[in-house]
Amino acid sequence: MGKQYETVIGLEVHVELATKTKIFCGCSTEFGGAPNTHTCPVCTGMPGSLPVLNKQVVEYALAVGLATNCSINQYCKFDRKNYFYPDNPQNYQISQLYLPICHDGWVEIETATGKKKIGIHEIHMEEDAGKLVHDEWEDCSLVDYNRSGVPLIEIVSEPDMRSADEVIAYLEKLRLIIQYLGASDCKLQEGSMRADVNLSVREMGVMEFGTRTEMKNLNSFKAIARAIEGERTRQIELLEDGRKVIQETRRWDDNKESSHAMRSKEDAKDYRYFPDPDLVPIKISDAWIAQIKGKQPELQTEKLSRYQTEYQLPRYDAEILTSSKHLADVFEEAVKLSQQPKEVSNWLMTDTMRLLKERGEEPEDLSFDPANLAKLIELVDKKIINRTVAREVFAEIFENNVDPAQFVEEKGLKVVSDEGALRDVIEEILAKNPQSVADYKAGKQKAMGFVVGQTMRAMKGKADPAVVNELVKTMLENA
Amino acid sequence: MSILELTAMELGRKIKKREIGVVEATEAALAQIKTLETELNCYVTVDEEGARRQAAKVQDKIDGGMLTGPLAGVPMAVKDNICLEGRPTTCSSKILKNFVPAYTAEAVEKLIQAGAVILGKTNMDEFAMGSTTETSAFGETKNPWNLAHVPGGSSGGSCAAVASGECFYALGSDTGGSIRQPSSFCGVTGIKPTYGTVSRYGLIAYGSSLDQIGPVARSVADCAAILEVIASYDKKDSTSIRREDCDFTSALTADVSGLRIGIPRDYLGEGLDEEVKTAVLAAARELQDKGAIVEEFDLSLVEYAIPAYYVIASAEASSNLSRFDGVKYGYRSPNYEGLHDMYKKSRSEGLGAEVKRRIMLGSFVLSSGYYDAYYLKALRTKALIKQAFDKAFKQYDVILGPTAPSTAPRLGESLKDPLKMYLGDIYTIAVNLAGLPGMTVPCGRDSSGLPIGLQLIGDCFKEKNIIRAGYAYECGRKYEMPKLAKKAAKQEVR
Repeated sequence: MGKQYETVIGLEVHVELATKTKIFCGCSTEFGGAPNTHTCPVCTGMPGSLPVLNKQVVEYALAVGLATNCSINQYCKFDRKNYFYPDNPQNYQISQLYLPICHDGWVEIETATGKKKIGIHEIHMEEDAGKLVHDEWEDCSLVDYNRSGVPLIEIVSEPDMRSADEVIAYLEKLRLIIQYLGASDCKLQEGSMRADVNLSVREMGVMEFGTRTEMKNLNSFKAIARAIEGERTRQIELLEDGRKVIQETRRWDDNKESSHAMRSKEDAKDYRYFPDPDLVPIKISDAWIAQIKGKQPELQTEKLSRYQTEYQLPRYDAEILTSSKHLADVFEEAVKLSQQPKEVSNWLMTDTMRLLKERGEEPEDLSFDPANLAKLIELVDKKIINRTVAREVFAEIFENNVDPAQFVEEKGLKVVSDEGALRDVIEEILAKNPQSVADYKAGKQKAMGFVVGQTMRAMKGKADPAVVNELVKTMLENA
Repeated sequence: MSILELTAMELGRKIKKREIGVVEATEAALAQIKTLETELNCYVTVDEEGARRQAAKVQDKIDGGMLTGPLAGVPMAVKDNICLEGRPTTCSSKILKNFVPAYTAEAVEKLIQAGAVILGKTNMDEFAMGSTTETSAFGETKNPWNLAHVPGGSSGGSCAAVASGECFYALGSDTGGSIRQPSSFCGVTGIKPTYGTVSRYGLIAYGSSLDQIGPVARSVADCAAILEVIASYDKKDSTSIRREDCDFTSALTADVSGLRIGIPRDYLGEGLDEEVKTAVLAAARELQDKGAIVEEFDLSLVEYAIPAYYVIASAEASSNLSRFDGVKYGYRSPNYEGLHDMYKKSRSEGLGAEVKRRIMLGSFVLSSGYYDAYYLKALRTKALIKQAFDKAFKQYDVILGPTAPSTAPRLGESLKDPLKMYLGDIYTIAVNLAGLPGMTVPCGRDSSGLPIGLQLIGDCFKEKNIIRAGYAYECGRKYEMPKLAKKAAKQEVR
């Protein structure tokens, strides 16, 4: 191994916007639905139909552009990208080439090697295509246009990244910003965020870029990391063999952990882009930009520092809590109702994270009402239930969003602090376990732990452990 | 006098006064269609049943006082590139032979609300590409004034139908002269409105930035009344314009005193038929006699309009027509191997020669490496042409000239030399490039009896100026029907 290589990576990230309706018609963007039920003449490309721009799409694109320090093209246009494929009902995609809405921005990322700015070349708006479904029985292909016309933004980075770590950090950053803006849920697995990786290698110290390839079909951060490693190795091997990297689009197969060429630059299509004459240019006034800026919610970096100062949370906790907009929302709502940031944070950092992990879910999947968490904290606070029971109740809140007070009442989980009832139980246990009494008297402290445990078990965990401890001790001594 | 010789407004008034029934007028038009269609071929689809049903319904509404507009009950026809729910809409192309839209074009919707009885869909050049109605996949339409001649195009079916009494008025579409030129060849009146005035929703696009739907009728008054109905802001069309000045009939004053009319010398030069020139200048003199101020001026850039138009319209068409691929609707080749073969064969077999020529031309000018040299240059030319008109309209209210360099050519002559056919659009095309309103008004006939059209062009949103001039010229003239149509029209006005 003689030469050292540097990896140069740029990303094209497609993000599905969270609008209720499609970009150029009033059809629902809701996921699922029987094939071709969320369609109309516009999104199925019927002759004579015309596109009308959904203003919300522009507002989301603007919000993302402003949050990523982009300049705004206050006069921007849509262009047609012409190509034949059945998932594209008009045989052209309405996109932006000549005057994209945002350009020349950046985001700051942080990795083990420190902080770094990643440049954003441009952000443009476009429509998604439909889906081809191959019917093996009938040996034919069918088209479902439910996704046709769902709004997307494409965020094109500069070739500023040098490692998989930086790529993941950049994607995490984009995802957080966009989620915080409410512009998309950015789920890679479900395809609401998709990243294509442009990668080339060059010898350390060389200024010119090497020939790049574009990698598609990357459905998770892990797949992206593996694909970057795989492609870097492949390209270096080619160069070491004295061969050349061919500019081409490749498809990653995460099961095989390898990629294969889809199409080379030679058969790259001429998309014959031109301004869409059915749509008028978009004029974005200063006032409109100011309005979008004014509506911009607190972003992750701002929340991160506020959680540390306002709630005195450790940086690590604040980072986890703000790592998902939804999680931060749950946190803030529960804090607002309970006034106990530390407690809320504990529940979210420990039990919530554990349960999510067990289920293989993401913080975005949390579905319980934060008010129930606040109520649970109150129940513990007032010593109506103890911590052990509280964890059981929380699991129920997590799973079924139960009202904890009602649940505790129904299941009879209240702490038994009635000393008379406890005394009866302990007496019974002592009677059944004379050896323990003898052991205790003989100075074996462990025997007390056994009795306490038996008592808690008999009480099904509902007893206040402090009270039980105290009582057992007294009764053992007096036995 | 036959019912069929009435203008739309005259018929509307008689229907209102119960002198003529809607069913009676509809039957008269259907009878005329039956008699003449074998010779003229104005229609792609005649909807007898639908028309009869609609006629009865409209009569009920008129009787019930629900319909009171001037066009209520008047039978009309729609060019076959304008969608009508549940009825075939073919663009006179094999590729859309079986296409039945699930929606009605906004302009037609407005007419239906005003009580229109739709007789059928009229023939046209395939996808509105052509100047003769000979590129139709369903046979050419013939000129009712002389069956050996073309009716013009692309709205040839609409114009021939209006001229021959196969309907009382019609909708056409105009991308480079497609309403005005066949109106001229058929001796009827037609308006291409300011771009954005009539919704394009439901109009199957040819050149989206140039297309406008407009009326074809037997008088300026009819056209003004029809335009008043179909002009409307439509949020379904992003290029639609909100206008407050669509009371076009208010310009039917017959008063042109003080109206400034300019005649571009560029429109009277080489290539213009002498008889056409004489008739147009006579019309100008008549307007001058009625009080207008008429003078000649230099418009400039006229020769650049045709190349700019064919670049822009073809570029847009190449993209607009790519949706006709055999996948979703329309013609699909019965024999193919795989997807690309299906595309190729369906389009090769489903589209005609002129359409293919323009798709190729358009694809070429948009291809990388040529975009700047052709498409962008054409857009810049378009902007310069608009500036030339802006300058002219500082001096004049109306620009007057011929609609076409000649009267209707003989069948089969034009397609032999497409370049010459394209040059025939020289006076109409600049109007579309600049988005202006333009109108054809008949102004006599040549020595062989073929009609000559006068073109009046207004500044953007100034339809009223051309309507004022056209109406003043028309006053005192009577609509004249071609002989074969007059002979066929039997239903007399009681």
